[in-house]
Amino acid sequence: MTKPLLEIKSLTKHFVSKKGFFGQEKVVRAVDGVDLTIYPGETVSIVGESGCGKSTTGRCILRLIEPTAGEVFFEGRDICKLSPADLRGVRRDMQLVFQDPFASLNPRKTVGRILEDPLIVHGIGTAQERQKRVEEIIEIVGLSKQHLSRFPHEFSGGQRQRIGIARALILRPKLIVADEPVSALDVSIQAQILNLMQDLQKEFQLTYLFISHDLSVVRHISDRVAVMYLGRVVEVADKESLYRNPTHPYTQALLSAVPVPDPKRELQRIILEGDLPSPSNPPAGCTFHPRCRSCMDVCRSEIPLLRQKEEGHWVSCHLE
Amino acid sequence: MRTFRRRFFENKTAVVCLIVLLLLALAAAFAPVLSPYDPTQMFQDHRMEGSSGEFILGTDQFGRDIMSRIIYGARVSLMVGISSVLVSVAFGTLFGLIAGYFGRWIDGLVMRVMDVLFAFPEILLALAIVAALGPGAFNTILAIGIVNIPIFTRTVRGAVLSIKNQEYVESARAIGASTPRILFLEIFPNVTAPLLVQASLAISGAILTESALSFLGLGIQPPDPSWGGMISEARRYMELAPGMIIWPCVAMTITILSCNMFGDAVRDILDPRHRGK
Repeated sequence: MTKPLLEIKSLTKHFVSKKGFFGQEKVVRAVDGVDLTIYPGETVSIVGESGCGKSTTGRCILRLIEPTAGEVFFEGRDICKLSPADLRGVRRDMQLVFQDPFASLNPRKTVGRILEDPLIVHGIGTAQERQKRVEEIIEIVGLSKQHLSRFPHEFSGGQRQRIGIARALILRPKLIVADEPVSALDVSIQAQILNLMQDLQKEFQLTYLFISHDLSVVRHISDRVAVMYLGRVVEVADKESLYRNPTHPYTQALLSAVPVPDPKRELQRIILEGDLPSPSNPPAGCTFHPRCRSCMDVCRSEIPLLRQKEEGHWVSCHLE
Repeated sequence: MRTFRRRFFENKTAVVCLIVLLLLALAAAFAPVLSPYDPTQMFQDHRMEGSSGEFILGTDQFGRDIMSRIIYGARVSLMVGISSVLVSVAFGTLFGLIAGYFGRWIDGLVMRVMDVLFAFPEILLALAIVAALGPGAFNTILAIGIVNIPIFTRTVRGAVLSIKNQEYVESARAIGASTPRILFLEIFPNVTAPLLVQASLAISGAILTESALSFLGLGIQPPDPSWGGMISEARRYMELAPGMIIWPCVAMTITILSCNMFGDAVRDILDPRHRGK
């Protein structure tokens, strides 16, 4: 077994919100003890419905949000304990691709400037060398040199996302956290961007942590999939194993909701009852138990731990 | 930016005001060439005269040419107006960026200090500062500059609050950019629009405050010409020589009106809700 690139251990982020001056403190458990290991060169996806903490997890890994507790080991170093100066060094190796290509590019900067900035920040190369690298990278993501002098608003969503990927890539990182990189795009553009990301992965030996709510996209790009529910990972497995044999009732419900482009196929839809509980007041025991169709007594009181069902397939459920 | 230029030239108010302001600035810059006489030269035989071919806008109680004094006064007014606003913009932007970006207690501290400054009537605060520092052009600029800092702090802070959560700011952090870099290279370029509007509105206010200070004898000291000082002196001879008070007032009204209307027009141009009107 190779050494993991990224190891997340019981990562926790609680947001504290206070209403008014004397108001009661309210703790939102956005991420509540996530464990995940990512090996070099693979693509791991985190899926889950909105509000389950998948984006927060991604941002905690890069320490864009300070985690409340837990450890994130990147190549053996605990990122959460790094000084700001060391953190900047590590940030060369891990980059983020954002969801909204319209908000992630500064409207007052030319594309050339946006791409050159990471190099300037890390003091890489002379002006000519930087220029050369910017020109290389823009062509690698499928745009051309002429685009460098333009401003972001002159581009389409797909083109902007290519620029966002180029910006993440220019420092030659090892890990890219992609936070819903295609969910703001049209389906046809989605495929282009996903293929681009896969090509880049081969070319630069990238490791992806891919955050998405779109199960078909995840199936297309992932090697392994982690399903999150209310700040916890409920199931982690190889893509094939998870899609063929989902074990957690929540995963089963999610997968049954994927639309199948075949009108003749009968859908076996599992409809979840009720709403996603508030993460500020999660249910006791297994957080999924109020909506689970196979809820047992033990689920109401005991939090299930992740356990290995078969090789590489982990699930946190009391069901056998 | 290109659409801004196009919409700017489509807006007649903005263009007219800009032309008026440019003419004023030119007049102030070329005052020695444009003014017929030295503004402090006294023509003993021509006191408090009305308009004539010799003195276009007449003379004051010492026989000084009013036209020349108004042109030189434009220098003072524009210089004080613009420099004091530059002072306020510099400090207001810095405080606003810091308060908006860091939030929490820093925000609370900065904004409470600004609230205290806000609580004083503008002219009273300016008076107090000038009284403490002593009169003169430089101290007037400083006083008016300080008085206007809270306005800019608020404007910038508000803009920063909406910008700092944009993903491009987060991406700058992800790259590893330092905080000053994020503040000045990522956030600041995006607050310039509201800042520009606020600045052009504040210039007219600053000119007015300068005149008021000079009127009260605490701004520009005689015999240097300033509009406020001229109005103050002319007050006593209003019935005998109305031209002495009318012309500086007209000059001031035109300047302040163009500044205000320019600011309003720019705000309309920049505000997306006014598009299509």
